[in-house]
Amino acid sequence: MSASTTDVRPRKAVRPVKEAPRPAKEVRRRAYGPYLLLLPALAVTAVFLGWPMVTNGLLSLQNLNMGQLIRHATEWNGLDNYGEILGNEEFWRVSLRSLLFTAANVVLTMGIGTLIGLLLARLGPRMRLTLLFGLVLAWAMPVIAATTVYQWLFAQRFGVVNWVLDRLGWHGMADFNWTGGQFSTFFVITVLVVWQSVPFVAINLYAATTTIPRELYEAAALDGAGLWRSFTSVTLPFIRPFLYATTFLEVIWIFKAFAQVFAINEGGPERLTEILPVYAFIEGMGNQHYGMGAAISLLTILILLALTSYYLRIVLRQEEDER
Amino acid sequence: MKRSLFGRLWPNATALALTAGLLFPVYWMFSTALKPTGDIISEDPVWFPLSPTLEHFRTAVSAPNFWRYVGNSVTVTVLAVGMSLVIALLASFAIARMRFKGRRGVIVTFMVAQMAPWEVMVIAIYMIVRDGDMLNSLLPLTFFYMVMVLPFTILTLRGYIAAVPKELEESAMVDGCSRPQAFLRIILPLLAPGLMATSLFGFITAWNEFPLVLILNKQAEAQTLPLWLSGFQTNFGDDWGATMAAASLFALPILILFLFLQRKAVGGLTSGAVKG
Repeated sequence: MSASTTDVRPRKAVRPVKEAPRPAKEVRRRAYGPYLLLLPALAVTAVFLGWPMVTNGLLSLQNLNMGQLIRHATEWNGLDNYGEILGNEEFWRVSLRSLLFTAANVVLTMGIGTLIGLLLARLGPRMRLTLLFGLVLAWAMPVIAATTVYQWLFAQRFGVVNWVLDRLGWHGMADFNWTGGQFSTFFVITVLVVWQSVPFVAINLYAATTTIPRELYEAAALDGAGLWRSFTSVTLPFIRPFLYATTFLEVIWIFKAFAQVFAINEGGPERLTEILPVYAFIEGMGNQHYGMGAAISLLTILILLALTSYYLRIVLRQEEDER
Repeated sequence: MKRSLFGRLWPNATALALTAGLLFPVYWMFSTALKPTGDIISEDPVWFPLSPTLEHFRTAVSAPNFWRYVGNSVTVTVLAVGMSLVIALLASFAIARMRFKGRRGVIVTFMVAQMAPWEVMVIAIYMIVRDGDMLNSLLPLTFFYMVMVLPFTILTLRGYIAAVPKELEESAMVDGCSRPQAFLRIILPLLAPGLMATSLFGFITAWNEFPLVLILNKQAEAQTLPLWLSGFQTNFGDDWGATMAAASLFALPILILFLFLQRKAVGGLTSGAVKG
């Protein structure tokens, strides 16, 4: 569990390899004891998480727009919202965009993060500390602060990125408006998301490599294994659980990257960078189709579950196997 | 096994380049905040704040309601993290130390709760809070943030509690401590690094939270720093100096906390030799 203990931030918890504590023969003196201790936690979770979940489901079955909201009227309309959304081309376009966005960002994050993690393992102590310092600061940077900084880096006038591109000979970029187009806006968001996510992957991966016994590499070298071979047969088996776990967490985290996308350009230009959570927000809150927004939210959750179901099953099974 | 000069050089060179790339946005934020406006809007970037000024920080701090936002953010964050720590301590003690029916179910519940997509539940939360007539109040925000960080806090603390040798607790109980006493006197002090690590996460989550406060609190008096910061650019137009000063002010507490606590938390962990 070395990796899961070095991390200190939410999505940073790599849990799958963690062994559960094994309560030995526990005296069953007070049978209520554990339940009483758990009561507050379960109660607040039910009220502040369970209730909104149920409400979300109920709202998605209602025709709830500005008028009904003001009159406090409840108009059930069955599955109409879902019918309308699923029949709407826009929804499918946004879903596809969300999936591509998630895939691109996760692949980049995992690729770069893993390489940096392996690099960390190769460095001398001083250089490693330097790189870790950079990673930790990028990691700790609050999302909204980072978003603002990236807006400044990519600013049309006086932005550093445009200046550098201009200097490198790409003069067309001198006054380029990054948030003016769909692709370039996604590019900025991707750089931001990858920059923020890579440290977690790298540090976790590095922590995982520290658990590999040195002798294994020596044995591999004696058996005539080259660099690549010793990577695939020694390193990879050790870091594989961490790779799965971090990929899973990155998928969840990036799929719901609301703050970055919304704060960079509010889903614009012309709603072309809306990913599912932003789409639900703008349809529901912005356009005041609350019932529709709730239905989109529910579909978003289903898509997220489908994306993560494979790994979720593994985790749940591990937890059940514990005895 | 001796590596060639190139073999020794490239990892270091790559590491340096990466560090520079990773740090640059953070550096650029601080340096822009410290530069006089003339250096910010210059055709060629001024790489170092050679004549640093606090002018932008003054602009940021004297923005309307600034201290109100700071107060709100601190209140909500501290209360949410404090409450969730207390609740989580009770729950994680039960999970880590006791055997009872439904234990696995409880663990799985919190694991699922940890993945709750809060970002997409904001519409339902808005409706609930609105029906309770609590829009533009810090109270619902505090409770939702508390539950947001609760599952992670429970699951992490469970690991830390499990790492405290059972014998310590048992011998205290043999010596006449009751179970709560044993917990307070023996386990709790040993949990300090764990509590710090988990509360650090809680602080970051609550301090950064954006979608919920965006929806619930439209009135300036009830808003928090992330909203202020995201609106800063709109309010101040292209005053990048002031915007970066605002971002620096917002990020600084977390950066300091993170650098300071991460080492502490990790140090405490490794010396505690958590088995896993």
